[in-house]
Amino acid sequence: MKISFVLNGQNTSMEIEPNIRLLDLLRDKFNLTGTKEGCSIGECGACTVIMNGKAVNSCLVLAGQCDGAEIITIEGIEKDGKLHPLQENFLKSGAVQCGFCTPGMIMSAYALLLENPNPIEEEIKDAIAGNLCRCTGYKQIIDAVEKSTKEVVR
Amino acid sequence: MNKRNFNIVGKPVIRRDGCAKVTGKAKYADDFRFEGELYGVMVRTNSSHAIIKKIDYSEIADNPSVKLIIDANDIPGKKKVGPIKQDQPVFCNERIVTPGDVIAMLVGEKESELRQLAKRIRIELEELPLLENPRNALDKDAILIHPEFKTNLITHYPLRKGNIEKGFNQSDEIIEQTYTTQLVEHAYIEPECVTAIPGEGNLKIKIIGSIQNPFTTRKVVASVLDCGLNKVEIIQAELGGSFGGKDDIMNILSARAAIAALKSNRPIKIKYNREESIIESYKRHPYILNYKIGFKRDGKIKAIKIDLLADGGAYSSMSPFVTWRSVVQATGPYEIKNVHTDVRVVYTNNPYTGAMRGFGSPQPIFAIESMMDEIALRVGKTPFEIRKINGFKQGSVTASGQKLSGHEVTLNKVLKKAVDVSSFSSKWVENKKSVEKNEAPTQSYVKNSLILHKDDFINPDKLWRKGIGLALSYRGCSLGAEGIDAAASYVSIQPDGTVYLLSGLAENGQGLKTTYSIVAAEVLGISADKIIYLEQNTSRIPDSGPTVASRATLMGGGATKNACEELKKRLGKLLVNEWRLKSPNELHFANGTVTYNGKKKKISFDELIKKAYTQGVNLSAIGWYAGPKVHWEEETGHGSAYFTYVYGCQVAEVSVNIGTGEVYINNIWAVHDPGKVINILGAEGQVYGGTTQGAGYGLWEKISTHEGKIRENNFDQFLIPTSKDIDAIDPYFIEGKDKYGAWGGKSLGEPTLELTAAAIANAITNATGQRFFNLPINIEELLLRKKLYPESLKRGSIL
Repeated sequence: MKISFVLNGQNTSMEIEPNIRLLDLLRDKFNLTGTKEGCSIGECGACTVIMNGKAVNSCLVLAGQCDGAEIITIEGIEKDGKLHPLQENFLKSGAVQCGFCTPGMIMSAYALLLENPNPIEEEIKDAIAGNLCRCTGYKQIIDAVEKSTKEVVR
Repeated sequence: MNKRNFNIVGKPVIRRDGCAKVTGKAKYADDFRFEGELYGVMVRTNSSHAIIKKIDYSEIADNPSVKLIIDANDIPGKKKVGPIKQDQPVFCNERIVTPGDVIAMLVGEKESELRQLAKRIRIELEELPLLENPRNALDKDAILIHPEFKTNLITHYPLRKGNIEKGFNQSDEIIEQTYTTQLVEHAYIEPECVTAIPGEGNLKIKIIGSIQNPFTTRKVVASVLDCGLNKVEIIQAELGGSFGGKDDIMNILSARAAIAALKSNRPIKIKYNREESIIESYKRHPYILNYKIGFKRDGKIKAIKIDLLADGGAYSSMSPFVTWRSVVQATGPYEIKNVHTDVRVVYTNNPYTGAMRGFGSPQPIFAIESMMDEIALRVGKTPFEIRKINGFKQGSVTASGQKLSGHEVTLNKVLKKAVDVSSFSSKWVENKKSVEKNEAPTQSYVKNSLILHKDDFINPDKLWRKGIGLALSYRGCSLGAEGIDAAASYVSIQPDGTVYLLSGLAENGQGLKTTYSIVAAEVLGISADKIIYLEQNTSRIPDSGPTVASRATLMGGGATKNACEELKKRLGKLLVNEWRLKSPNELHFANGTVTYNGKKKKISFDELIKKAYTQGVNLSAIGWYAGPKVHWEEETGHGSAYFTYVYGCQVAEVSVNIGTGEVYINNIWAVHDPGKVINILGAEGQVYGGTTQGAGYGLWEKISTHEGKIRENNFDQFLIPTSKDIDAIDPYFIEGKDKYGAWGGKSLGEPTLELTAAAIANAITNATGQRFFNLPINIEELLLRKKLYPESLKRGSIL
């Protein structure tokens, strides 16, 4: 089947097999390997991307469902070669260790800030509750998101 | 020695690999693609224990999707591997001893098709009786998991000190108790993945994967391929978490991929999904811990008898080393005259167990720290007082007869700090009092009316009880008498003053690339930004042993410092000549400049390097750091187990809902002495992450088995902490002085994990007045004192 969608700001259309997931589309067809696969059942959040302004587990979305959608991945949030404030603050806060959950974590936080530019700590925790991290204990991640709230220009 | 002003050490430095990781550019094992690559898919049985009678591939042999079928017959070299005892087959062809066992690997272009085809191989099995309970493993009539060893005993470590009978006779009171801990999974978020590529030129095979210990993998692959170590090249991809878990399993996967790559002459990728990862990879040992402690009325412990039994599962893996750490540390950080310890680890048909962060310490710490609180209650002291009375001091002698000297014994410092910052003692006394006078709220349905009124409901807020608990530990740094303990680091200054750095120890995500860059930058007096950390490749750097045992900062930090000191010496010699100095002693390397005698003479680092380069000075060095000799007597358990130690104390404050069994962690105060803190952001990250893993171990995480088969095989059932489960974690560092490593920088990764479950268990007792003996203390343990399991192994998400 043929789908057309906006991927990281670019209009794209492609012929795809109907049974592949959004995650496969991104990783295999577009080589956007920043989006990770951790559990394949929507539990770990490593594959989180933005679809029409909302954070979704790309392992639970069929590529066919993306027809007409706007998709943003970790590769699409830098602006003019500059890191997004979330990326910058993840670095400064020590929010990255092994880094495997990081792209998904940042995308969940990105979706939160789209909807709510001034979240309180509890709202940040809620937003990333579906993203498992085994290294950091989440504290520095929450810090990084908190710091970013003031810096994100919409 | 420690009295120097640091320019970079101890200050926040952004991770060297951070930028690639936040932009999605970092390449993990599955992010590599190779021209013409094929996939390998494993063939398993439904059995936990059986003799393999016949494997019949005929139904799929001619299927065009199957390019190759690889099994034990294709192995050119060693058919069994293992770090200590070689008891684990790369492919099983005689027996199945646990459900993770793999019989063959199908190779082809489409992974999904191969997974379907794998089910069509006819495997004829003769089922054998199961050995599930480690308590029965040493029975006379127990079935042998590996008949060739004639016993299910993997190892037994005794330790004898003083006279145990005399010690109990001198005691006023004796407590005896049994504890159990559970099987848990590392739960690295990146599942296992590796690609083997046929080598070019003299190289036989090149392997890129999510590999924790590239040199161990190289050794295993070379033995399986029956070739020299220098024919095998292992490259570590960015590692998506490990925690001790990407060792044995990755060695075996690498070997399987290598065999197939050589046979097909094409790159072979193996990528596990989460279910396979949990089913086949090794786990943390479940322990049954028996403690008997005799003590005086004043709280002084006179004797301790410890009997530990660990379930090693189907293969020995790291079991002998894991349980050795247990025998060293089983008494906790307490000076006890009379000690009688036995630690045994046995084979069963359960999933095999090996290295996991903590490595034989979280289990005995849970037991001994629970016991310490029980003693405190018996003699009417606080948990703080009882530990102060018995805890190690400078010069104390451990259970194995080792005198703690040569480093600062900071046990009392960490204990006092933790108690102070958490207001522990007053909270503990207050909670205890309120438990003693408070009765559980009860409902009264004595109405005739079916309509309930407001007063008839239990007010949910009244169900919450506060508790506070602490746990204390000491921990031997690095490998100790387990093995060879040395590491290398390569530093090469380029003609423009930029630097390459590479150590033989591999990044696991904890941040060693950054820590070593800080060490190098500090010694050379340059910015860490000038350093590029090279790709982890076994062909480029000496074997430095595995990245385990919280040894990276200590050993690799020491090696990096040595390399840079050597380079500094050479540069100093040049300046002595150039500036006609008497000695290089007053040269100062800092902020990209070298000055003499407080700025009387001055040269920029880059200029100095240019000069050195043109004069033919060797600007590269390999630093080496070897641990001093340690020893262990197997029969008596005597010896200087580790060359140095670290100390830690954690306090947990929890709220327990006595109606639902829920435990919420309000605060953890984690006070650790890691020696000199080199990388502060990394150190804090270790504390946050380690305590969170420790909390998961204490409250939720549990892998259970039914006839050897795992029930919880994905994150919907194996519950690890989320962002919402723990409130505050407050790290504190006490920098105890030591002569080892880089400026005394020692260990932190594992100490942060090993204490948390024990502290939480003690907090729950403080909140409820009840003691819980079996981890995890989940809601059913709290309410029913037993574990509940799903009825069936069948579930929606499995293949």
